[in-house]
Amino acid sequence: MSDAASQIAVPVPPKELERAPLVLNNRSFGWISDRVSAITEGKAPKWWWAAFIPSFTLLGVLGAMLFYQATTGVGVWGNHHPTMWGWDIINFVWWIGIGHAGTLISAILFLLRQRWRTGVNRAAEAMTIFAVMCAGIYPGMHVGRVWFDWWLFPIPTYQGLWPQFRSPLMWDVFAVSTYFTVSVLFWYVGLIPDLATLRDRAKSKIRQFLYGLGALGWTGSNRHWSNYEKAYLILAGVSTPLVLSVHSIVSLDFAVSQLPGWHTTIFPPYFVAGAVFSGFGMVLTLLIPLRSMCKLEDIITMRHVDVMCKVTLATGSIVGYAYAMEFFIAWYSGSAVERFAFINRAMGPYWWGYWIMVTCNVVVPQLFWFPKIRRSLLVVFVLSILVNVGMWFERFVIVVISLHREFLPSNWDYFKPTWVDIMTYLGTFGLFFTCFLLFMRFLPMIAVSEVKGVTAQADPHHPAAKGNGGGH
Amino acid sequence: MPEIPKTFGLLAEFDNTADVLHAAENVRDAGFRKWDVYMPFPIHGMDKAMGLKNSKVGWFGFLGGVTGYTTGMLMIWWMNAIDYPVLIGGKPMFSPHGAFPPSYELTILFTAFGAIGGMLFLNRLPRLHHPLLKHKRFALATHDKFFIVIETADPKYSEAETRKLLAAAGSQRIEMVEE
Repeated sequence: MSDAASQIAVPVPPKELERAPLVLNNRSFGWISDRVSAITEGKAPKWWWAAFIPSFTLLGVLGAMLFYQATTGVGVWGNHHPTMWGWDIINFVWWIGIGHAGTLISAILFLLRQRWRTGVNRAAEAMTIFAVMCAGIYPGMHVGRVWFDWWLFPIPTYQGLWPQFRSPLMWDVFAVSTYFTVSVLFWYVGLIPDLATLRDRAKSKIRQFLYGLGALGWTGSNRHWSNYEKAYLILAGVSTPLVLSVHSIVSLDFAVSQLPGWHTTIFPPYFVAGAVFSGFGMVLTLLIPLRSMCKLEDIITMRHVDVMCKVTLATGSIVGYAYAMEFFIAWYSGSAVERFAFINRAMGPYWWGYWIMVTCNVVVPQLFWFPKIRRSLLVVFVLSILVNVGMWFERFVIVVISLHREFLPSNWDYFKPTWVDIMTYLGTFGLFFTCFLLFMRFLPMIAVSEVKGVTAQADPHHPAAKGNGGGH
Repeated sequence: MPEIPKTFGLLAEFDNTADVLHAAENVRDAGFRKWDVYMPFPIHGMDKAMGLKNSKVGWFGFLGGVTGYTTGMLMIWWMNAIDYPVLIGGKPMFSPHGAFPPSYELTILFTAFGAIGGMLFLNRLPRLHHPLLKHKRFALATHDKFFIVIETADPKYSEAETRKLLAAAGSQRIEMVEE
């Protein structure tokens, strides 16, 4: 027998089935930590200051608006009968929805073994945390007397009264605060090995001390990695049902009520899909400029942009389906009030809001079917902003249009936001971008250890492992 | 009186994942107990190469989850049905359905606490001091190098023999680490 007969034929995939590598240009391990850490080292670039100063100013505006609202009363907002939920609840749902992409990337894609997540998960998780912070402000302020916010938590008042757990609003308190806490913990656990990287390359004593404190004495021991990876897996495992539950419970704030337009069973899945849709929109809006500003094109590659566009397309299509189904059920229900609520959305006084929503959320994502569009960064950037415009109007449609014309026509009214509403909303952008810019300046924006782990040379059985993995 | 520095162990450096994985298999087969592999990211298959058992973190997470769910259900039942019952809309004072969403969230919250707490406890972290962290070359363990450390406290440790084993496994650079 010849030698050839004893060999196994290894099928070589055809060229068109080969996937683009996750880290381009065969970058070494050292290159990855150098490039990502460099963003946090040295002087801040001019563009960073150019972004930070306006963001910080807007944060000041937020502080002023919240102070004005807290000292004067909720009347400074446009909310009044019958539209008792206005921009505050729209923006609450909008921001918390944006957060969902971060958890989806970090948890669900981890469980699905989508290795491309490593390039974007750190920044997306940070986005989640800051978006939830922005969201949390609204219900906290909407209660009117902010100094009684602690009534939301299971702490008895002086009369011994407890929160009332039959209300979905209480479920929401637990969902959102758990979401925030677990997101922060998940993010921090992911950061530990990378903080150790920053500690070990720190030149100044103060950096060494602060990053060392954050790294908790991490050495990279495999006995530690073994427990660490298990903990990370569990966190991903629990964050998955968590992220699905958060927006479901947010939707129950609406769906448990008896209001036409709100009282529907489609709300939980439809809210979750919309949340992921808007979140990916925001991830694209943030990362497309950042990848070129920070020269991370080899880590956040065109393949990453491409898959994120596809997720946006998929979730956008689910959202479009949900809009159609809502209309169908309104007609099919045979309830005149329900039917009216939906016709009023599309053809009532706020028809423009409804059609902006449909254009941005149903038509715009369909453009992502075309590879040419997915490959044009400028177009993707513009479309990703439109996605979030559309999602803002979706919440506007749900909150304002459903409320402004309720059962009694004598109760009908036309809602208008006040300048305080608008400035508070702009102010939350200040909070969001201030936090995000500080994050990218002081913490590794890319999950360094995870990205190293998905390179070809990280796999000990890959031919690249034997090559010089340490060179530059 | 100047103290004589004690040695913590032998530090062997490796350049790539394939070499350190095979070296770890050799160290495991030689029967060492107090040793470890240090690397900038987890290498697939290293647990097996080191002969490690499945991590116990799962149990901590599970206990956390059970605690969370029980806490949620008991808390809501006691608050709304026992300590200060308020009748609202003719609904029952306690219903597992209404109590489920917050209890579900608490299950997740406490599972996360359990998993992270368990991980830190099993790893004996946070730790502010470690002999390896003082070693200059070791800083590359979070950058692009891989290290195997065999502690002097290991019963099988003998300087010459252990050094020979690590060199045979392919390490180009073997150093002593002081305590």
